[in-house]
Amino acid sequence: MVFANLSYKTQRRIIIIAFSLIPVVLLFTFAYLPVFNMFKYSFTNWNGYSKSFDYVGFENYQTIFTNPKYFSVFKVSLYYFGATFVQMGLALYFATILSFNIRFKNFFKGVLFFPYLLNGVAIGFIFLVFFRPDGTLDTLLQVIGLGHLSQGWLLNPNIINISLAGASLWRYMGFNFIIFLGAISSIGKDIYEAADIDGANRWHQFRHIILPSIKRILQLNLILAISGAISAFDIPYIMTGGSNGSNTFVIQTVDVAFKYSKLGLASAMAVVLLIIVILVTLLQRVLIKGDD
Amino acid sequence: MYRLKYAAGSTFKYITLILGAFAALIPIIVVFFSSLKTNAEYGATSPLDPPQNWMNFSNYTKAFVDGKMLLGFGNTLFILAISIIGATLIGSMIAYVLSRFKFRGSKLLMGAFLLATLIPSVTTQVATFRIIDTLDLVNTRFAPIILYLGTDIIAVYIFLQFLDTISESLDESAMLDGASYITIFFKIVLPLLAPAIVTVIIVKGVNIYNDFYTPFLYMPGENLQVISTALFKFKGPYGSQWEVICAAIMITIIPILVAFIALQKYIYNGFAQGSVK
Repeated sequence: MVFANLSYKTQRRIIIIAFSLIPVVLLFTFAYLPVFNMFKYSFTNWNGYSKSFDYVGFENYQTIFTNPKYFSVFKVSLYYFGATFVQMGLALYFATILSFNIRFKNFFKGVLFFPYLLNGVAIGFIFLVFFRPDGTLDTLLQVIGLGHLSQGWLLNPNIINISLAGASLWRYMGFNFIIFLGAISSIGKDIYEAADIDGANRWHQFRHIILPSIKRILQLNLILAISGAISAFDIPYIMTGGSNGSNTFVIQTVDVAFKYSKLGLASAMAVVLLIIVILVTLLQRVLIKGDD
Repeated sequence: MYRLKYAAGSTFKYITLILGAFAALIPIIVVFFSSLKTNAEYGATSPLDPPQNWMNFSNYTKAFVDGKMLLGFGNTLFILAISIIGATLIGSMIAYVLSRFKFRGSKLLMGAFLLATLIPSVTTQVATFRIIDTLDLVNTRFAPIILYLGTDIIAVYIFLQFLDTISESLDESAMLDGASYITIFFKIVLPLLAPAIVTVIIVKGVNIYNDFYTPFLYMPGENLQVISTALFKFKGPYGSQWEVICAAIMITIIPILVAFIALQKYIYNGFAQGSVK
């Protein structure tokens, strides 16, 4: 082979260029160029297809922050944000008890994790069946004698976001659970044994052994879930299309861009979202660093 | 006294586990029951009632044929295979260069790849769409493929982490034997990366199989539906035949269930490793 006859120095140079070229081109075209363009479009009134457009300064940003129609949808994120904490709590609880000796451990582990593997459309449809009038939830409530609590789960604007955030919790809990379980399982057995000898009960073990050793992964998952909550899209889009007050910021951005052809405004919205997500992520890095 | 408390605690544990498992399963079980019911039966019975005839697969046939699910599976498989092979090759090559060679700009390049993980792709679609459009890729199967290759940096990340644990002395001893860098990469590094490749296949595989947003936005064409968009199309026209939609849901779940049962161990490990960013 000719290549092998070249000096290592020449080989090195060729391999660095040959192996980096495609990945770097892909990275810049599809990760960085869109961000750059998005900033540019956000200062224009482009509709997304015509040949010409005008620069309008900060007008689009002004619209987002002054027209309540655009910014108020961020309130909807709060429901997903709230559900995140319940999701983390449940995941942590199940991960903890399943890390001890339990019968049918693998069964419970599999069942709790499985929903995460389903596709968003299937989950959206499953919960349309679950929440529909006289559907699964209403029937279950009747069975346990709480039939009077029945609601238009997806019709009542005061309830709809709780229902959707619930479906989202059902979808993602298993992911956090399996990550936590992995982290807890990597704690050495001898630490528990020492704790047993010292007379520590399960709560003490959780509080002083498990919690400190998975603190970082807990924080990381929390921040990931928060940026997920801010950019919620699949579940509400598939189930309600954003109707009855379930519109999220991303649904709105997609509609503004592709349905109403206001690409400039949509870009400004996306820039706002991107800045928020990056701030949250940076905050996480700072918090985690501060602990070391 | 202690024993009593212990028993109570243990009972509580099992009760919560059973409740958790029930909550995870019941929405799916109801859909499964409904998928085997006739239209009249679906309307007349409670969602929790099992179907009268467990062998009534007519909804499945209908969903599979009318929904062109085979086409969806074919497209999904095509996109999945090319994206995963591509991500594995591209990801391992760039990770090899970044972890083994120090050159001018290598730190900067590493930073560029890591920084990209901060950009949530859902926020940049507005501008990405224009680029894909300029490249004339809208409504082709290469739109999602190229996006899965270019924007999801997780594979690079997993390989970088794993390469840190492989000692460079192996590369060096091969060089003493006169092996070229190409030989070292394909004969030594790539085989050693096998566990990381399994992780990449699983994490990316699940993401791609489940992705709705990308194919929905970039491939609205009739013949280009993937599993998730094929399922989504049932929503309008079958609004009065939810038992057929339920069968369609089950058709998309079954392959995942089979894969999950067969590959449980790898899947758990894959997610545990792939998530430690």
